[in-house]
Amino acid sequence: MTAPALIARELCVSFHKAGGSVQVIHDVCFEIAPGETLALVGESGSGKSVTSMALMRLLGKANRVSLSGQVLLPGASDGDFVDLLAVDDHAIRRLRGRRIAMIFQEPLTALNPVQRIGAQIAEAVRFHGGCSRRAARARALELLEQVGIPEPRSRLDSYPHELSGGMRQRVVIAIALAMEPEVLIADEPTTALDVTVQAQILALLKQLQRDNGMAMLFITHDFGVVSEVADRVAVMYAGRVVEEGAVGAVLERPLMPYTAGLLASVPKLELAGLPGAPLATIEGSVPDPARLPEGCSFHPRCREYRPGICDGAVPPLADLPGARRIRCARAGEWIASEESSHAD
Amino acid sequence: MAMTTATAISVQRRPHWWQQRTLSRFLRHRLALIGLIVIVTLTLACVFGPYLLPHDELTVDLRARFSPPLTDDFYLGTDPLGRDITSRLLMAGRISLLVGFSVMLISTAFGTLIGVIAGYFRGWTGVVLMRIVDAFLAFPSIFLVLVLSAFVKPSPFMITVIIALTCWMEIARIVEAEIRSLRERDFTVAARLAGASARWIMFRELVPNAMGPIIVAATLTIANAILLEAYISFLGYGIQPPLPSWGNMLNSAQQYLTNAPWLAIVPGITITLAVTSFNFIGDGLRDALDSRSDLQ
Repeated sequence: MTAPALIARELCVSFHKAGGSVQVIHDVCFEIAPGETLALVGESGSGKSVTSMALMRLLGKANRVSLSGQVLLPGASDGDFVDLLAVDDHAIRRLRGRRIAMIFQEPLTALNPVQRIGAQIAEAVRFHGGCSRRAARARALELLEQVGIPEPRSRLDSYPHELSGGMRQRVVIAIALAMEPEVLIADEPTTALDVTVQAQILALLKQLQRDNGMAMLFITHDFGVVSEVADRVAVMYAGRVVEEGAVGAVLERPLMPYTAGLLASVPKLELAGLPGAPLATIEGSVPDPARLPEGCSFHPRCREYRPGICDGAVPPLADLPGARRIRCARAGEWIASEESSHAD
Repeated sequence: MAMTTATAISVQRRPHWWQQRTLSRFLRHRLALIGLIVIVTLTLACVFGPYLLPHDELTVDLRARFSPPLTDDFYLGTDPLGRDITSRLLMAGRISLLVGFSVMLISTAFGTLIGVIAGYFRGWTGVVLMRIVDAFLAFPSIFLVLVLSAFVKPSPFMITVIIALTCWMEIARIVEAEIRSLRERDFTVAARLAGASARWIMFRELVPNAMGPIIVAATLTIANAILLEAYISFLGYGIQPPLPSWGNMLNSAQQYLTNAPWLAIVPGITITLAVTSFNFIGDGLRDALDSRSDLQ
């Protein structure tokens, strides 16, 4: 296996408030190989976006945040790593955009409303390239072509409000790809778009990933999107990764009850014809990170809850065969039943 | 056929600047339009008028003392020394308008700089800068101007600097508030993610977005500066005779108020006209630059 393009190790994030500090991310670990897509899935408030911001070190000191753990990019020589959380402010600026880039959910707000898009793309090149204006503009044109914008030459001088949502997202992607980063973090890049445009943007991202061989961390709450783009999926709940594995395996046979519940909550088309057919839901809501339940954070909402087993200590993330990991106090039982079902 | 399709889907031409909505919104604001016409006329008159008039602003003609307006070719009359008020008014306008514009440029640049830095760097930098702004604001500006002008030689340049020192705080506050909200927007974060430096984000990303309020505040600053200049010149601390300014023309008119009222009325009306015009232009710009005003 090739060396990973991005490693997150024991990432923890705490916010400090007047009443004390609240830990919102607990020991998040994952690796992404070049050319691979890891989807990070979870409900709102599960810590997906905070994780992505922590990776880019966007949560600064001013926000009263403490970060621990490591975010590693491969260094100059083999086996050598750069820790994004440890380098100084100047170095992080040199890394952002050049080696690790990010695209946002809302393409309109991610673009400067008073600047022409050509200039915005060219800027991203000039921050790092040290190349001439003319060369940067040429590169911007090339990027607009690459992300499939029709008539790129005349679009260079458009303002963001003159483009449709899908086009804007393409521009945002062009900016992120300006320096051909090794890692791209996509924070719900298709949530704000129409379904048809969504499919186009996903196809574009996959194609660009094939061309550049970049690793992608794809944050979403949409399992349809997950099955579309991801190679592996990590499910987050209350700031912890609760299940991780290959997309096919996880979506077909979720082991952690939370993942199973999430998958069951995806509305099915077959039900649409039956009026009154109930939508499956998970009772309750994501717990307040300041008052996490004892033991497994999910146990108050869990159908498989067993007193005495689930509410003791926080279960560890157990390794399973097939590069799969789950965090469940009853992991042993699921594995056993999984094996017996294979034996049948 | 292929040709026509190609033309049909080609990108729409960008509207020229005179077709843009901001301009049409400004033109729809009657008072602002009148204000603009007044200011342009006044400026042109001050720049070119003195060359066209029959009398010099410093030529003393003792035979024509206290001529009321429309006596011979003294269109607005003469002053106690028989100098032509029309040409004095226009020469004074050069000084007063120049002071107004210069104060606007200096205080806008300085206020924007302070506001951007205070808004972008939250924490101690911002707190300290904004408390300095508050301290300046808490001090009545007219006393500040008078105290300062007691220490320096009152040349037009020094008067400009002194007035600018009391006008930048408004702009600093407006810009600071604007930047504070803009810096939380996604495009600022996106610029940081692309590897932009703090200076780049402040002046290339944030300031252009705050241009609307800055322009409006700058316009109102001109009105304020003209008024302040007139005020301190009236009190005798500003522009010194024989150099005319609207303020010191009023000052010298005081003692003749009953027998030669035009001496006070002419510069008084001019000051009022200039100040209200700038205020109307400011109002018009505020509406024109706010794209939401179309929806109301």
